[in-house]
Amino acid sequence: MLTKKILMSAVLALSSLSLMAVSSNSFALSAEEQKGLDISLESKKRDLGWQDSTADMLMLLRNKQGQESTREIKMKSLEVLNDGDKSLTIFNKPRDVKGTAFLSFSHPVEADDQWLFLPALKRVKRISSRNKSGPFMGSEFAFEDLSSFEVEKYTYKYLGVDELNGVTNFKVEQYPVDENSGYTRRVVWIDTKEYLAHKIDFYDRKDSLLKTLTFSDYKQYLSKHWRADNQEMINHQNGKSTELKWANYNFKTGLSDSDFNRNSLKRAR
Amino acid sequence: MLTKKLTSSLSAIAVGTSLLLSNIAFAGGVEFEASGNIALEQRYFFEEALYPEQLDHSQTSLSVEPELYWQWNNGDDSIIFTPFYRVDSHDKQRTHGDIRELAYIHASDDWELRLGIRKEFWGVTEFQHLVDVINQTDGVEDFDGEDKLGQQMVNLSMVNDWGIVDVFLLPGFRERTYAGEEGRLRGPFVVDEDNVNYESSAGQQHLDLALRWAHSIGDYDLGAYWFHGTNREAYLTPSSQDTLQPTLQQYYSQMDQLGVDVQATLGDWLWKFEGIHRSTTLEDFWATQAGFEYSFVGVFESNIDLGLLMEHSWDSRGEVALGAQGSLMQNDLFVGARLAFNDMQSSELLMGFGSDLDHNAFSFLIEANRRFGDNFIVTFDVRLLQSNDENDLLYTLSNDDHAQLSAAWYF
Repeated sequence: MLTKKILMSAVLALSSLSLMAVSSNSFALSAEEQKGLDISLESKKRDLGWQDSTADMLMLLRNKQGQESTREIKMKSLEVLNDGDKSLTIFNKPRDVKGTAFLSFSHPVEADDQWLFLPALKRVKRISSRNKSGPFMGSEFAFEDLSSFEVEKYTYKYLGVDELNGVTNFKVEQYPVDENSGYTRRVVWIDTKEYLAHKIDFYDRKDSLLKTLTFSDYKQYLSKHWRADNQEMINHQNGKSTELKWANYNFKTGLSDSDFNRNSLKRAR
Repeated sequence: MLTKKLTSSLSAIAVGTSLLLSNIAFAGGVEFEASGNIALEQRYFFEEALYPEQLDHSQTSLSVEPELYWQWNNGDDSIIFTPFYRVDSHDKQRTHGDIRELAYIHASDDWELRLGIRKEFWGVTEFQHLVDVINQTDGVEDFDGEDKLGQQMVNLSMVNDWGIVDVFLLPGFRERTYAGEEGRLRGPFVVDEDNVNYESSAGQQHLDLALRWAHSIGDYDLGAYWFHGTNREAYLTPSSQDTLQPTLQQYYSQMDQLGVDVQATLGDWLWKFEGIHRSTTLEDFWATQAGFEYSFVGVFESNIDLGLLMEHSWDSRGEVALGAQGSLMQNDLFVGARLAFNDMQSSELLMGFGSDLDHNAFSFLIEANRRFGDNFIVTFDVRLLQSNDENDLLYTLSNDDHAQLSAAWYF
């Protein structure tokens, strides 16, 4: 137990060192760029140490006419220090894709490694991770909107403070580093107390406002990690929207690397 | 036939149950799930049949495939049962059932034991599944050969830093299913399901072995295996028993096969290679399937993804005369395009064109599918087969161009 703690704090110290390396690299940044980066570093740092998590996600897709379609998804994630996280996404609904599972090893800068398991053929397929801008399961969320937030994926600019529902927020502009991103920029509202994102505006490749994502019903787990139970993405250009409802969040469940390989992908439920 | 199937499934159940009993320390209770699908399929053949017994234009069938699943110990132990049955309006051989899966799986941190009837897929290519060898093809199901019969097995899978190693013991062989007298998509002679010979004196009870290694290194996914046992492809020869209405008898040889599969995932490009070397008492040969897939994300400023595919098949046995042993895909080129609409209904359209480079023969296929509501998937296929070479198997199928519409309800 004690050795585990020592190990953990050593790992944390190491990772904060690497975060410092990121910030000290950026000596040529303007004051706004530096502040924008610092806010994102702080936001990421405050959530470090969650180790692993499991959660159930309900996705409600609505079109302009108000027709609804539902997706039921289970997520398992593993925190990887000094690299992107690992995740396993398991589909339960719609019924025709039940048993389909998606394994992703994300990386801050390099392309992610992704595999898909197709239950009808029992086939594991390595897929290209270049498709970041495409819709996830026909929803208004793009693949990149659902991947883990890594500081290195963006460059930053601090825009000032802004009140949102009576809460003071930093307004930070984020510019994707990856040229395959579907966005020129994102504007993120991050509260000044807990450093949580409350709203994101997405601007498309022509720099016009495409979507707005709103986070609500934040809950704190293990007296540290905040997660929003509700996320709503509204597409301003096509009038469609997608709501994510999260339930059954669990942290430090004991997942390890062995829960994120080809074999676990094949039997994921 | 049926009793044989039953005994082998029963023995698998018995082994599974005894393992269950020894493992009865349930933590957290058993979770149960039932799902599956029921599908209605309508085929229409554009031309009259070539052979007198065959059905003429319309063929209807209904299939059911439920899946029952139990898990306990947080999913570390599970049992899956997937029976399958199809009723066909004309082809008696296509009216058939199978146990696709009836298996117990125990997962530990770095190893997994899988016991019972299962399906195991190997390979990376799309137009031919050359290295996929564990399961027998359920040939009457569809033209693409992707449907497989359940295979009895004991499979130990071990995860190492240097890759996953799978050991397979395969007791009990499954004979391939072929279209019956009334069925279309067959050659002039019907394959006799009761006239089957084996090289091994153990016959259907020969114990087959397979050993496979698979690993991902950066952008490369690699696999290699050795298979020793009964050849899944039968040698078909005209039977001398009945000269008035000749049938084909099946002969299953023993074989040793080495296989390799590689995929390089480099940005928008997927480069794929499969290769085998098969050695039987009758022949030795090499075969490969190689090609690429390139994807365009968001074409025409929409959400549509376009994938372009190209693959080449090669077989060292070269061109073969009809009835002789060899592969139809000895020097064939395939091109395809896949459109994924990424809409709420998961609409997809796939087009493929295959051409034999040694002689004038081609095949063309379209496959479109879309979800209706939350639970219905409708699929529409068109397959056109043409050959000018009387020696080609495709020539015997050249009247079998057809369209197929199917509606499946998933629960």
